[in-house]
Amino acid sequence: MNVLIYLLPMALGLGLTGLVAFIWSLKSNQYDDMDGAALRPLSDDDL
Amino acid sequence: MKAATETTELSSLIRRDRTTGMTTIELAVEGVMCAGCITRIESALKRTPGVEDARLNFTTKRLTVGWRDRDFQPSIAIDTVEKLGYRARPMRQAEADNGDRATSRYLLRCLGVAGFAAMNIMLLSVSVWSGNVTDITPETRDLFHWLSALIALPAAAYAGRPFFQSAWSVLRNGHVNMDVPISLGIILALGMSLVETANHAEHAYFDSAIMLIFFLLCGRFADHTLRRKTRSVAENLAAFKAETAHRISVDNEIVLVPASALRPGDRVLVKPGERIPADGRVVSGSSSIDESIVTGESAPRSIGTDDNVYAGSLNIGAAITLKITRQTEDSFVAEVDRLLHRAVTSKSRYVRLADRAARLYAPIVHAASALTLVGWLAAGAPVHDAIIVAISVLIITCPCALALAVPAVQVVAANRFFRSGIFLNAGDAIERFADVDTVVFDKTGTLTLPEPQLINAEGIAPDTLEQAARLALSTKHPLAASLARHASGSLPFDDVSEEPGRGIRTTIGGVEARLGSLDFCGVDPGRASEAGVSSLLAFKCGDRSAIFLIGQSLRPDAAATVNALRRLGLHVKILSGDRAEAITPVADRLGVSDWQGSLKPGDKVAVLESLKRGGRRVLMVGDGINDAAALATAWVSLSPISASDLSQAQADGVFLGESLRPVAETVATSRAARALMHQNLWLAAIYNALAVPLAIAGLVTPLIAAAAMSGSSIIVTLNALRLGLFRQIDGKPAASAIEAKTA
Repeated sequence: MNVLIYLLPMALGLGLTGLVAFIWSLKSNQYDDMDGAALRPLSDDDL
Repeated sequence: MKAATETTELSSLIRRDRTTGMTTIELAVEGVMCAGCITRIESALKRTPGVEDARLNFTTKRLTVGWRDRDFQPSIAIDTVEKLGYRARPMRQAEADNGDRATSRYLLRCLGVAGFAAMNIMLLSVSVWSGNVTDITPETRDLFHWLSALIALPAAAYAGRPFFQSAWSVLRNGHVNMDVPISLGIILALGMSLVETANHAEHAYFDSAIMLIFFLLCGRFADHTLRRKTRSVAENLAAFKAETAHRISVDNEIVLVPASALRPGDRVLVKPGERIPADGRVVSGSSSIDESIVTGESAPRSIGTDDNVYAGSLNIGAAITLKITRQTEDSFVAEVDRLLHRAVTSKSRYVRLADRAARLYAPIVHAASALTLVGWLAAGAPVHDAIIVAISVLIITCPCALALAVPAVQVVAANRFFRSGIFLNAGDAIERFADVDTVVFDKTGTLTLPEPQLINAEGIAPDTLEQAARLALSTKHPLAASLARHASGSLPFDDVSEEPGRGIRTTIGGVEARLGSLDFCGVDPGRASEAGVSSLLAFKCGDRSAIFLIGQSLRPDAAATVNALRRLGLHVKILSGDRAEAITPVADRLGVSDWQGSLKPGDKVAVLESLKRGGRRVLMVGDGINDAAALATAWVSLSPISASDLSQAQADGVFLGESLRPVAETVATSRAARALMHQNLWLAAIYNALAVPLAIAGLVTPLIAAAAMSGSSIIVTLNALRLGLFRQIDGKPAASAIEAKTA
């Protein structure tokens, strides 16, 4: 069961990465305009 | 002059960020429907000199414009957007929204942490559960339990705060709500698991506690998001409704100011077609005004020097000058204030279904747990085992399903109301709407449309109507405006001259055409028999002439709505401030035999109170200032969006658009929602009836606890979603009423 020594930190690390990514996306206002975010890619003259 | 004063008005609404040096203003924008609108508005603004940043939030329909140049006029940004064909108004309540946004982020952060913890603890727990029936070593199990504790304890301390704080604040006041048993369950589950882990035990409940927090946060976040969405639409509407006034300064200059900036003693010019911005007394000029939003009286009133006028009345005659007076000087407004104060202070607080359930639930569960402890001790079990079983009773009964049962239905119902253009002010309104057995309507502005309409369109030759309507396009006079609505897409005539207070004229095919008062057009008033109920507008072109009757007309679906309400088993009654002869035709067309007219605000309250004493649960629908006290007295109340601010503030809900259907829809949806709430509470009770005996018998393992608790939460949530499947009143899908014009 020595493999646990690698697997447990890896599992927790991946989970933590996900959590950090979520909090980063929250901090950078990505959840403020969910409907607009869905529409913006449709207009191509936004360059 | 106008531009300069508008700037002073806007300067209170801009925000300066000292670190970036950017100044921003937030605008509510109407008419944004698609991706193209976003690009069009943003790129037009970014091309505007001075503007550095423009970002349109499609969800809230608000535009943030930023600039650094100190000389930049924010009104330029508004003009730019309006030139593209959208309406834009500056937002006032930016601070209130910031609090909302902060709460929303706080809940979302808690949700993220709880979700992370739940996933990782489940990973460890599933290993332990499968290991317990196969070959896990006690050392590995202990390691997994300690790891779970390491994740669960900080996560619960962080993500459980919304529940702990709420539970603590009600406990301090000596009350109980659903968060008390929830917090107790979480804390006991974590504490017991920690002790058991230290004792190398087989079972720990870290997963149950964290899953519970995660599910409950999902519910709470959905609830908050919907409330925020509703509030932001209401704020946008308020921004569009904000009135302006023409104040006459000391040196006789006319300055445009927001109505809220008027002070007693100010002199104000009110042009025809404008609403009176504040209560006042006429100092010069004479006119007639439509006071239907104040008193419910539909016939216009003639006013002259020294007459009192009320905020919200529509000036339909000539320009007048007012002196703003203090509100309490006037008997009518003072009377409304007094009635309102009495109604609000005597209002009994409705106890919500969820709170009633919590009051019943907490003592039963805690007693059951205590009895379990005593029972096991009496049966000779060791103290440690008895305590473990007693705590597991508390954990398994931790009211996850119960706490979701009512809010889940409320979220689905509120979302459905939102789509139909109904906004609820009070959280418990849905439950009260479901109880209603009588509907009382005000007539003017509620059963009838808020703006005056052309009544006798059928009796007029189509080409005469078409020409008169086309001529009416050239003036802003409110009576002409109701005629102009019949101009089917044609353009105004080119050469039109207006004689203020009398009428307008032009030449059509070499013949002079006039639209205006009877003597201006030289039309014989003999045929106009209904004068008094409605206003008259005359048209003459050569030898053709017509008299247009303009007055209150019923909302297009008023009769259908009254019938729908009857089908729902409700008694319909009309209480109006208008005279009996104005109500009779309306009541006849709707088939309502129970009506009373010429009621003062106090009379309306008295009628509602006598209905209340008779055991009736009354839904009051009204819009006027005279209805405000009645709205506050009734069991539950609704106002159209065109209602006076005072009435809207008292009503439990506001509906958009010209249709009256939302009234019947509100009652029907609320009834369906309440039925689902009851079902959900029963589902939660059945879950407890099954799970508690197992727990008392000491048979509950963490696996059973996790499955049962998650399962019951999911079942009540799915049941709540069924509300979306109920049919609308008349089978039509809910129109996007939010986009409908409101003013």
